[in-house]
Amino acid sequence: MFKTSHNQPDPDIAICLENVSIRYRLPSETIKTFKEYMIRLAQGRISHKAFWALKNIDLEVRQAEIFGILGRNGAGKSTLLKVISKVLIPIEGRVWIKGYISPLLQLGAGFHAELTGLENIYLNATLLGHSRMEIDERMDDIISFAEIGDFIEAPIRTYSSGMQARLGFSIATAWQPDILILDEVLSVGDVAFQEKCFERMEKFRDSGATVLMVSHGIDQVRELCQRALWLDQGEIQLMGTANDVCDAYQQAMSVH
Amino acid sequence: MIYDSAKRKHPAIEELITLYRYRDLIYQLVRRDIVARYKRSVLGVAWTMLNPLGTMIIMVVVFSQVFAMTENYAAYVLTGIIVWTMFSQSTSIAMDSMVRGSHLFQQIYLPRTSFVLSTVLAGMVNFVLSLVPMALVLAVTRVPLSPAALLLPVFMIFLFAFSMGVALLLSTLAVFFPDVADLYPVVLMAWMYLSPIIMPLEFYRQILNGLLLYINPFYYVLNLFRILIFDGFIPHWRTWGATALVSFGVLFIGWIVFCKKADTFAYHV
Repeated sequence: MFKTSHNQPDPDIAICLENVSIRYRLPSETIKTFKEYMIRLAQGRISHKAFWALKNIDLEVRQAEIFGILGRNGAGKSTLLKVISKVLIPIEGRVWIKGYISPLLQLGAGFHAELTGLENIYLNATLLGHSRMEIDERMDDIISFAEIGDFIEAPIRTYSSGMQARLGFSIATAWQPDILILDEVLSVGDVAFQEKCFERMEKFRDSGATVLMVSHGIDQVRELCQRALWLDQGEIQLMGTANDVCDAYQQAMSVH
Repeated sequence: MIYDSAKRKHPAIEELITLYRYRDLIYQLVRRDIVARYKRSVLGVAWTMLNPLGTMIIMVVVFSQVFAMTENYAAYVLTGIIVWTMFSQSTSIAMDSMVRGSHLFQQIYLPRTSFVLSTVLAGMVNFVLSLVPMALVLAVTRVPLSPAALLLPVFMIFLFAFSMGVALLLSTLAVFFPDVADLYPVVLMAWMYLSPIIMPLEFYRQILNGLLLYINPFYYVLNLFRILIFDGFIPHWRTWGATALVSFGVLFIGWIVFCKKADTFAYHV
């Protein structure tokens, strides 16, 4: 079960997980204060329950593949995405990723209300790891895609929530990712803007990005994905062609 | 660009490398801290200069009778206050920014030290601004600046290192125990009165033969500043050495502890 090889995966692999487990430690009683912790530590009364958010995940996704992830709430889907995007570093197992991953950031998180739209573009895009030069190159594109016009010089606090979301989306998708994560975030703005978002996602997909699609909608996965994975309680229930996995998942859900 | 969790360098070194890659982010964060703080106020940046001045005036009015024996009490208090303000503000704001910014750490990858570093750097900018009113007060109270003041940039490296080190240790604690944020102001208050900021240095020298001063790491930083600005001579190499050792020692320990724990930050909060 334990792979010890740390070789390079095949050249056409984009994402490779080997035996990855994520365990959260839940204190059996919540200790909120430093004082309490020290007292209990001295008494030897600190115990933790382990909660396995992911258990022994082996996964390989090839470049340009469209891969679906299915599972109920709390099955470990978001944890899996966090592992892939380097937010959670696994204590066991190995994660190997090639290329730039589209950010999981909640749209507009990290915006500062007092700063102008322009200042926030620099702030938000550097948070996503881009350099000033890269941002300057894309600036016109970001502003025009977000459709905020003259408001770009006004503080973000004067923006409507729709404008903030559009600007956030525009920044997050200004750079072509090698791995695109679609996490049901596409409910931004009005119908016309949503159309534009879909177009941009399709453009990314068509130009060869690997796509990870996380969805509650089984039909969407069946329609778009080649392969899929069904997660339950942190474990892989089934992995295979999108059709097979969707069938099994659908059946299991209808029983409940 | 390949990320391989099996082939990572020592966390303390990896943090330095990624921090360099994210240097534009650090600039943006420092800029945000400074710009946002003053955007909605009329006097803007002037507040950084007026705040220590106001505190100094209060201290002089309240204590100048009590500490009548101290020469140039106003300049003495002010030099103490601006170093203390930089240290106490930047460490508590850094801790806050780490706790409030935790939702970002749970969503995207960032160098973990970026919030702490940018806050302490912003504190340094404010410190430089507060040197302007200090120079004014020194001129008015006829405390002449000696050429030793030219060594101020070297002192600032030590002040930065010390504040950064304490901020890192404090932020690590605060991620695991949120109530450290409530405890710290009390600790700061005690620490302030244990340091020769308001009360004259002589008073502390008499306690346990000055032991109280020597076990206080902040004293080494403050002492160097007062020698350069207030006393106006070039310190003995031992004074430089002690300050360097204390400030970089704290930074080193803070950096190692923070980086070692940083991988588990996303598991908490």
